[in-house]
Amino acid sequence: MSIFSLAVTVLIGVLFFVAFFHFSNFLLDYFRIKSKKKFALENSLRVVIFIGPAFIVLFVFIIYPVFETIRLSFYDKLGENFVGLYNYAWAIKDPDFKRSIINNLGWLIVVPTLSTFFGLVIANLADRVWWGSIAKSIIFMPMAISFVGAGVIWKFMYDYRGPGDQQIGLLNAIAVALGFEPQAWLTIPIWNNFFLMAIMIWIQTGLALVIFSAALRTIPKETLDAARIDGASELKIFWKIIIPYLEQTILVIWTIITLLVLKVFDIIYAMTNGQWQTEVLANLMYDWMFRGGGDTGRGSVLAFCILIGVIPILAWNLYKHRQDQKV
Amino acid sequence: MKKFTLTSIFSQLLLLIFVIAWIAPTFGLFISSLRDKDVLAISGWWTSFTTTEVNEIYRTKGKDAQIKEGEYYYIKSNLFRENKGKEIFRFGVTSKNIDEYEVGETALFKDGTEITVSENGDYIWKSQNEFKKKKGKRVFVSAKSPPSFTLDNYKEVLFKEGLGQAFLNTFAVALPATLIPLIICSFFAYALTWMKFYGRDILLATIIASLVVPLQMSLIPILTIYNDFGALFGVAAKSFPGIWMAHTGFGLASTTFLLWNFLKSLPQEMMEAAKVDGATHYDTFIKIVVPLSVPAFASIFILQFLWVWNDLLVGLVFLDKHPSEIILTAKLKELLGSRGENWEILTTSAFVSMAVPLFIFFSLQRYFIRGLVAGSIKG
Repeated sequence: MSIFSLAVTVLIGVLFFVAFFHFSNFLLDYFRIKSKKKFALENSLRVVIFIGPAFIVLFVFIIYPVFETIRLSFYDKLGENFVGLYNYAWAIKDPDFKRSIINNLGWLIVVPTLSTFFGLVIANLADRVWWGSIAKSIIFMPMAISFVGAGVIWKFMYDYRGPGDQQIGLLNAIAVALGFEPQAWLTIPIWNNFFLMAIMIWIQTGLALVIFSAALRTIPKETLDAARIDGASELKIFWKIIIPYLEQTILVIWTIITLLVLKVFDIIYAMTNGQWQTEVLANLMYDWMFRGGGDTGRGSVLAFCILIGVIPILAWNLYKHRQDQKV
Repeated sequence: MKKFTLTSIFSQLLLLIFVIAWIAPTFGLFISSLRDKDVLAISGWWTSFTTTEVNEIYRTKGKDAQIKEGEYYYIKSNLFRENKGKEIFRFGVTSKNIDEYEVGETALFKDGTEITVSENGDYIWKSQNEFKKKKGKRVFVSAKSPPSFTLDNYKEVLFKEGLGQAFLNTFAVALPATLIPLIICSFFAYALTWMKFYGRDILLATIIASLVVPLQMSLIPILTIYNDFGALFGVAAKSFPGIWMAHTGFGLASTTFLLWNFLKSLPQEMMEAAKVDGATHYDTFIKIVVPLSVPAFASIFILQFLWVWNDLLVGLVFLDKHPSEIILTAKLKELLGSRGENWEILTTSAFVSMAVPLFIFFSLQRYFIRGLVAGSIKG
């Protein structure tokens, strides 16, 4: 499509919603002026107009699909016949599924831990040097890039050429310079998972860094100064004062990154597509959505597994929300 | 005092190592996208700043270029089609011995003809008999290549590989997929904050819960709905409006939540004053709430826009892979499969796909960070 027709499509799409809100409210105002009796009805109509579109979208795209996916997980390939726990039984026996669960657990442990740790360390270091804000900008930059873009960047880093050839991937060039054999990093089972995790850590450290930077400023300076006067080393201050002070923030960042890692798809799909034992749930699910014409039953089971992973966080969020509402 | 300086130096060094480790991958990609594709395939990007030695093969011109001077036939030309400042220092005429001769020396071909190659690639090929072959002979050269950068790769991917169209498509997806949720969620958030109606608390709790529901839960049912819808009305199941609404759905909870958080902080007295003055909720919304919410809108806009721009999964599921619909990330993934060894295409394409996010990042970093810190809880 040409630029022009794309622009027109976009404009129509957006104006449709503006027009909906404007005209429905305009109509309501018009009728209100004509008949002053229906005041109660006017209020409820207004509520309907305000929440209607969002509620429909919420229902169609989130609420209904959650229940439908759970229902489909008990149905066959095409979602037509009830098969009980058959899909779940399949999953438990499937080697790819087992691999995915193990890998996802690995991701869940490594990525949030290292991102949070690096973020915290860098936030501390950046606060002490005059070029700290430039450093923060640079480390934060990967946050803006897509996972696929990051995938290309790192695939280039991990590029492999035979032992005799010039290495054009930085990692192999370093390996060769240090006297090691070049490696096809992404095809070494078990270890390749860590090379993929490195990409996610590279991206998410920036997030942790920004949030920690903001939080660090809330630590009272007197506390730190007092510790310094008492002769505490910088390392001791870090472990004994800063970390306990930032406990809440660490928890928040941990949760955010955990949520992201549970759904990790793009990186795996772009880099290895689950080969060489790097399969994860989200990629396996995508695979089953289309493999052999698609299997909605198995796909739904896999999606449901991801949901189970977020349920503790969901419950915690709701609990906190209720606490906030009470105050 | 001495201890402090030592710590300071140590901090600077450690931070420097982090910064270098973080920037090197992106920087390498960027430099590579500006390099000549032949050089890119055989040498690391870090070598591109210094003069490097390269071994190359060229072919001389054929019989059409010959001239006769005295008894001899000559072909005089330059090996390089366009010289980018390369300097030849050795050359050869057989593949077994590619650097047999010093530059300026005269080499002997098997058929008895002689060739002299000079530093800048000029050569004189001399023969007693008339040249008969249309094709020239191969000459192997070892040359010093100075740093050189080019925009050729960008021309290639934007116009030949179809990345230009994918770029437009991504805009056509991302703009409405950002504006539509912003519009409908601002009304929704207003209602959740300032209107009283039955079920408001449950709705709010649903939003909080939806924040973390993985979008994988929605893919299969929505794809089914779209397919049924398409079949029923005889329209394409995969379309731009379809993906706008999908992104609206997936961004709805976080957009609403962020706006609700912001609107809560507005003073209640102001709303009540407007009500006393006889303003309807719609008036209040347009005339008071929207102008006050501009900074919040900016943050949320950037956040959602980048999210949609960088998304791969939703684009793969709800859009066709046809050139008129494919988005940048999907195109990039496709190239990774089909052009896996053509690093000039991959690095350049990746950089094109990153251009808009990076521009937003550097120009609107403040809003971006504010939005991200507030809204990183997206499901």
